[in-house]
Amino acid sequence: MKTYENTGSKDTRSGFGAGLTELGKTNENVVALCADLIGSLKMDDFKANHPERFFQAGIAEANMIGMAAGLTIGGKIPFTGTFANFSTGRVYDQIRQSVAYSGKNVKICASHAGLTLGEDGATHQILEDIGLMKMLPGMTVINTCDYNQTKAATIAIADHEGPVYLRFGRPKVPNFTPENQTFEIGKALHLTEGSDVTIVATGHLVWEALEAAKTLHEKDISAEVIDIHTIKPLDAKAILESVAKTRCIVTAEEHNHLGGLGESVARVLSQHNPTPQEFVATNDTFGESGTPEQLMDKYGLNAAAIVKAVNKVLKRK
Amino acid sequence: MATTTQLEALTTQVRRDILRMVHKVNSGHPGGSLGCAEFFVTLYQDIMDRKDGFDMDGIGEDLFFLSNGHISPVFYSVLARSGYFPIEELNTFRLLNSRLQGHPTTHEGLPGIRMASGSLGQGLSVAIGAAQSKKLNNCGHTVFALTGDGELQEGQNWEAIMYAAANNVDNLIATVDLNGQQIDGSTDVVLDLGNVKAKFEAFGWIVLEIEKGNDIESIKAGLTEAKAKSGNGKPVAILLKTVMGNGVDFMMHTHAWHGKAPNDEQLAEGLKQNPETLGDY
Repeated sequence: MKTYENTGSKDTRSGFGAGLTELGKTNENVVALCADLIGSLKMDDFKANHPERFFQAGIAEANMIGMAAGLTIGGKIPFTGTFANFSTGRVYDQIRQSVAYSGKNVKICASHAGLTLGEDGATHQILEDIGLMKMLPGMTVINTCDYNQTKAATIAIADHEGPVYLRFGRPKVPNFTPENQTFEIGKALHLTEGSDVTIVATGHLVWEALEAAKTLHEKDISAEVIDIHTIKPLDAKAILESVAKTRCIVTAEEHNHLGGLGESVARVLSQHNPTPQEFVATNDTFGESGTPEQLMDKYGLNAAAIVKAVNKVLKRK
Repeated sequence: MATTTQLEALTTQVRRDILRMVHKVNSGHPGGSLGCAEFFVTLYQDIMDRKDGFDMDGIGEDLFFLSNGHISPVFYSVLARSGYFPIEELNTFRLLNSRLQGHPTTHEGLPGIRMASGSLGQGLSVAIGAAQSKKLNNCGHTVFALTGDGELQEGQNWEAIMYAAANNVDNLIATVDLNGQQIDGSTDVVLDLGNVKAKFEAFGWIVLEIEKGNDIESIKAGLTEAKAKSGNGKPVAILLKTVMGNGVDFMMHTHAWHGKAPNDEQLAEGLKQNPETLGDY
């Protein structure tokens, strides 16, 4: 089985910051907006190097999204930065009307998504944002898995014409995808080849899926791990090809099972190849305070939970 | 440069367009549209520096953003009569497959529209973004915006008002249609706006008032003064005191025609009060 090495844990938000720094040098149309979270979003470098292209909105996310929409008129490519909760739920109507329906080329970049922001608790831990964003017509939804991929995705979305929701997180997590990779929106990545079960994971759960695959391998269960960084548009072909071989699937995400990756996968399967599926996701609940590890354990979002789901789905084949 | 007489003639024709558009589909918002007819006509025909044709980026020309999108009839009529699309297309207002949606949108590719509006309170933020984009592009032109007065109850406006002053967005002229009416009644009764002028000034804006907001000479003078005062480090607000339903006597001074279409007899009466000047669509 192909294995992956953690080259040194880093936070995905720093990948975003590094990508934005790169864009600052290479694309003069890129502008950035932030709602009083420059340090948390790692936007300091862009701000320092390009003060004229940086807009501090203050704690006023609705105005920030509106301004981003307006900045596109004249050819700018705005990247907004705040926590995932304030990037989506708080400004849903602004995104819906001023960005998505208006067809504006705005990149909504959201850190601290999911449970892993930890101790701040449920007010800041959004588990509904993928659902909110994927329902908007024309919105591309990306949830990256590590530092390198987040940096590559940040750079790639600048060249994509149209609104994008880019979701990443707060904690340091294993960095295992290639440095300076080319990021292709909508293209699933096969991380391991397998024949018994397909594990489709997104975001922080991709590394957990790889860990689960190792455990399963020791028990002679061959898992095919797919990193599905783009939830919309979904790489249906990759999923269907894999389940044609494995005939069962587990989806894994740091998100509510309602409205997340799992439901998008289920729709593809029910239309083309009904397949037993188990969901590793939160079960229609809010989060709570705790360390990221404690929370991922309590809410069943880690390698152990994926192994459990695989054992369950194998029996349903 | 159009004369006031020409602008008045166009305004009368725009009123006819508004009445006929909403009557045909028995829906739409004639009250606020009629109240702003003189403003739109003056802005597009006399004040704005516009390029021929339409491109979304609008570099090298003045831009306009309508935040209170429900007054789409007046916007569509003035855009059509300013050459953005054929006036015959006004006939498709609110119909299936039309580019003239109930509320304005970029989604159907209608020339002249740069953002969707309808859900209130968002236009000023977009206008500020567009004004910042103009500065980055070293484009010395002005961004105009129009919001309703009831719409100021939406908190996003005050985020935008605070931002524009704090960041010296001085290539922006935002007009508030101060007609004192909203769906549920007068703004004083629904949710009192208080002293709008003092509020804008407290946020750091230059504020001008146009007392006769349905008088073309007054609007011209006010907008010209606003342009003269822009570019000096502060955003400029115009409080435009209009009469809802202006030009059709039974629609004036009431919120009753905010979102209601005239019936056949009412249309005939409204058209009688506004005889055809430049030709109906």
